[in-house]
Amino acid sequence: MNAPVKFETTLKDWETDQEVRWCPGCGDYAILKAVQRTLPQLGCDPKNTVFISGIGCSSRFPYYMESYGFHTIHGRAPAVATGVKLANPDLDVWLVTGDGDGLSIGGNHMMHVLRRNVNMQIMLFNNEIYGLTKGQASPTSREGTKSPSTPIGSYDRPANPCSFALGAGARFIGRGFDVSKNLPDVLKAAHGHQGAAFIEIFQNCIVYNKDVFEDFAAPKGAGDRQLWLEHDKPMLFGDPKTGFDKGIALDRENLALKVVDVVDGDWEAADVLVHDATNRSLAHLLIEMPFGPFPMALGVIYDDPAPTFEAAVVEERAKSAAGKEANLAKLLAKGQTWTVDAAEGHPTD
Amino acid sequence: MATLAKDTLTETPDAVVVRFAGDSGDGMQLTGGQFTLSTALAGNDLATFPDFPAEIRAPQGTLFGVSAFQINFGSREINTAGDAPDVLVAMNPAALKVNLPSLKPGGLVIIDTGEFSKRNLDKAKYDVSPLEDDTLAKWDVLAFDISALTIEAVKPFGLGNKDALRSKNMWTLGLALWMFDRERAPIEDWLKSKFKSKPEIADANIAALNAGHAYGETAELAGPIQQMSMPAVESAPGLYRTITGAEAISLGLVAGAQLAELPMFFGGYPITPASAILHHLARLKEFGVTTFQAEDEIAAICAAIGASYAGQLGVTSSSGPGIALKGEAMGLAIMTELPLVIVNSQRGGPSTGLPTKTEQSDLYQAIYGRNGDAPMPVVSCSAPGDAFECAIEACRIATQYMTPVMLLTDGYIANAAEPWKVPDPETFEPFPAKFLEEKNGEQLLPYKRDGKGARPWIKPGTEGLMHRIGGIEKAVDTGHIDYAPDNHQAMTDARVNKVLGVEVPDQEVTLGETSGKLALVGWGSTFGPIKRAVHNARAKGLDVSHIHVRHIWPLPGNLGELLKGYDTILVPEMNTGQFKTVLRDQFLVNAQPLTKTSGQPFTIAELESAIEGALS
Repeated sequence: MNAPVKFETTLKDWETDQEVRWCPGCGDYAILKAVQRTLPQLGCDPKNTVFISGIGCSSRFPYYMESYGFHTIHGRAPAVATGVKLANPDLDVWLVTGDGDGLSIGGNHMMHVLRRNVNMQIMLFNNEIYGLTKGQASPTSREGTKSPSTPIGSYDRPANPCSFALGAGARFIGRGFDVSKNLPDVLKAAHGHQGAAFIEIFQNCIVYNKDVFEDFAAPKGAGDRQLWLEHDKPMLFGDPKTGFDKGIALDRENLALKVVDVVDGDWEAADVLVHDATNRSLAHLLIEMPFGPFPMALGVIYDDPAPTFEAAVVEERAKSAAGKEANLAKLLAKGQTWTVDAAEGHPTD
Repeated sequence: MATLAKDTLTETPDAVVVRFAGDSGDGMQLTGGQFTLSTALAGNDLATFPDFPAEIRAPQGTLFGVSAFQINFGSREINTAGDAPDVLVAMNPAALKVNLPSLKPGGLVIIDTGEFSKRNLDKAKYDVSPLEDDTLAKWDVLAFDISALTIEAVKPFGLGNKDALRSKNMWTLGLALWMFDRERAPIEDWLKSKFKSKPEIADANIAALNAGHAYGETAELAGPIQQMSMPAVESAPGLYRTITGAEAISLGLVAGAQLAELPMFFGGYPITPASAILHHLARLKEFGVTTFQAEDEIAAICAAIGASYAGQLGVTSSSGPGIALKGEAMGLAIMTELPLVIVNSQRGGPSTGLPTKTEQSDLYQAIYGRNGDAPMPVVSCSAPGDAFECAIEACRIATQYMTPVMLLTDGYIANAAEPWKVPDPETFEPFPAKFLEEKNGEQLLPYKRDGKGARPWIKPGTEGLMHRIGGIEKAVDTGHIDYAPDNHQAMTDARVNKVLGVEVPDQEVTLGETSGKLALVGWGSTFGPIKRAVHNARAKGLDVSHIHVRHIWPLPGNLGELLKGYDTILVPEMNTGQFKTVLRDQFLVNAQPLTKTSGQPFTIAELESAIEGALS
């Protein structure tokens, strides 16, 4: 459960005295600041907040947050976090992982933490490369990525983190990028969601995979390349200065999405879809939209809460303990017993 | 007191070994379990050995589908499930073929002729029926159609032949109960409760049980067998029950968590033969137990580490292959210095190995099997009842020293049953866990050690004690990331010394003298056969003693000196000599191996002959 009482903090309260050791210019700095800016706005209490990570550049994150933190082992953060939440469901858990940690070595745990719906925020920093091990292709690297392990270009097909999450049964999927001013809004929505909230954050690795997201993240022309989704709002994009002149509509024939022109702001005439964050099929179409012909879907793509795993565990524990006494002496003597008499040293029944 | 079969047993045997063998679908484990209960209620000491195939339902009638249950019981102390059976019950040709070679010469074999069809004989690879040639000449034979008698007995209940034959095991149990003059009432009660929702099935089984019992009386009149009554064993006064190792470990973990005043979190993943612990604990939620069936072995231990971090007693359990997967996470628990109990129910290896057979071949894995210098206390159970105390001991060390602890058991202990004197929880020494509530210095020092070398346990949620831990090397006291050479040296030393400093009771001699010509030094489930073999050898006047080690790491402080008092040290173990190597390494003693890796426990005879060999 996320802290019900608003707690007063400032960004500074969430900074540790540890020297931040990411490369200068790394997108991780922006994400760190976004999180440190968001937590005071959410009224989070540092003593009830736990950042849990695996291994990789992103997983150094807990060291820089003045809260409880656990830097675990490669890929296993979801499993550790599940244990933390089952032991103390009141803790507000943030999971920090990357494309290698969360989708390659830890893909199995990621799938299960999502399908179980353990209440936590899962931030997957996707830089499409292994940074800390010096630049090998990752499971999200695009085909043809040249790296020390793929000198003439990678040839395995990349995974789409949001598709993976949706397929695994995630009930919240959000997407943003490191320097986006909207990232805190996505984080806030994720925090408000009861259950596992999956957030893919595109993150610029300036050393090994520089500017790989520039095609949609660059400020210039961003309006045409970014579709920021809001529940109950039409899916419009384009240059905001001149008014949104494009929208996403349903191509009924092909059961797909299509880009339509919006004339004079009349999106209804253009049949532009209104975003319904509780619609899983729509979420699937938005996640799978190919970038290029389509803009990149960002913001809260899917948000349809379901009962959490830890609530079910607590309930099951209470149900199976109901009416039973925790009497160790009785437990030890359970089943068919017999007594050996002191006088004879022989059983009496 | 009468003899069981002519010339089978001595006039007044003080122990009898019975083996029930049949197809894996014949319910032999159930028969054995209920016979065990009746034996315990009759006041005999006992030990059992269930031996079943890895396949859930192997093809019917085949040699590899044979399931057996052996019980040794007597009016004296019983240490093992017995070497060779005095009585073999064979429910089909395959069961006869597989088990006959181990039957004691002159022993009694009871055979269901109803299953000796051509088809079943073929499956058991008998060219000629053993009932028709001299195959059984060495033994007393009681062969009759148990199948037909069962069908006859349950006829009034209107069951089809197939269902009726399912009661065959109860018919056989009835006969066995008659043979040893046992009460039928507890078995009837058990059947009534087991088939509460199907009273006609309960009645049919009870009818079969009674029919088998009645057949015994008739057979006695006819001649081949006689009833015998085994007097109760002399035992310490008190309340008793039977217990398997898996039950004892589960109860010990519950008791350990209570003594530490902590809720318990158990993360497990299904694996033979460890799953029984998960099953037991899943039914004990009222004791503050949370069980979590994880997606894999790694997640099971990682979730347990997460729970320990959040302030509960984390426990995980597996068998060798699963323990291998948990290795990296054990290192994390060592590095972050969090309490954790890891139960390893050992089985034959390597790889998948022998899932349902026993071995002690994970000793190196327990002591050394992690990357880096990763010291971890290791406690080993020697018998089902002993597993209870060992589990408490593991919880004590884990919480008092802030360390993961490996608790070793094996497939034999997990499944075997023995009478257990129910302990009084009032007599247990509590060891309440303490959490740091406020800063332990001008600044918080998460790695500041106490007199035992343990760091403080700090629960997330505690005001003002926010801090970060992880698998990267920690700075002394502050726990910040620190790769400096001197710091790694200091922290490696601190981790090693903490574990070496775990308080372990001095080693006692189980049987015999504190010095002499020969010591058999064992650990784990070899306890029973070693003790009996040493007992027998000493009765013959041989100078041999038995030392059984519970604390594998750190070893008891006096063990080295104790071992140096014997001319010869023999280390029987069900592996290729792992503990022998540890003893040589730690104490520079001439420990000699005595190894066995057949998936079967040592027999007493094997050990007696090794003792005689070592002393000749």
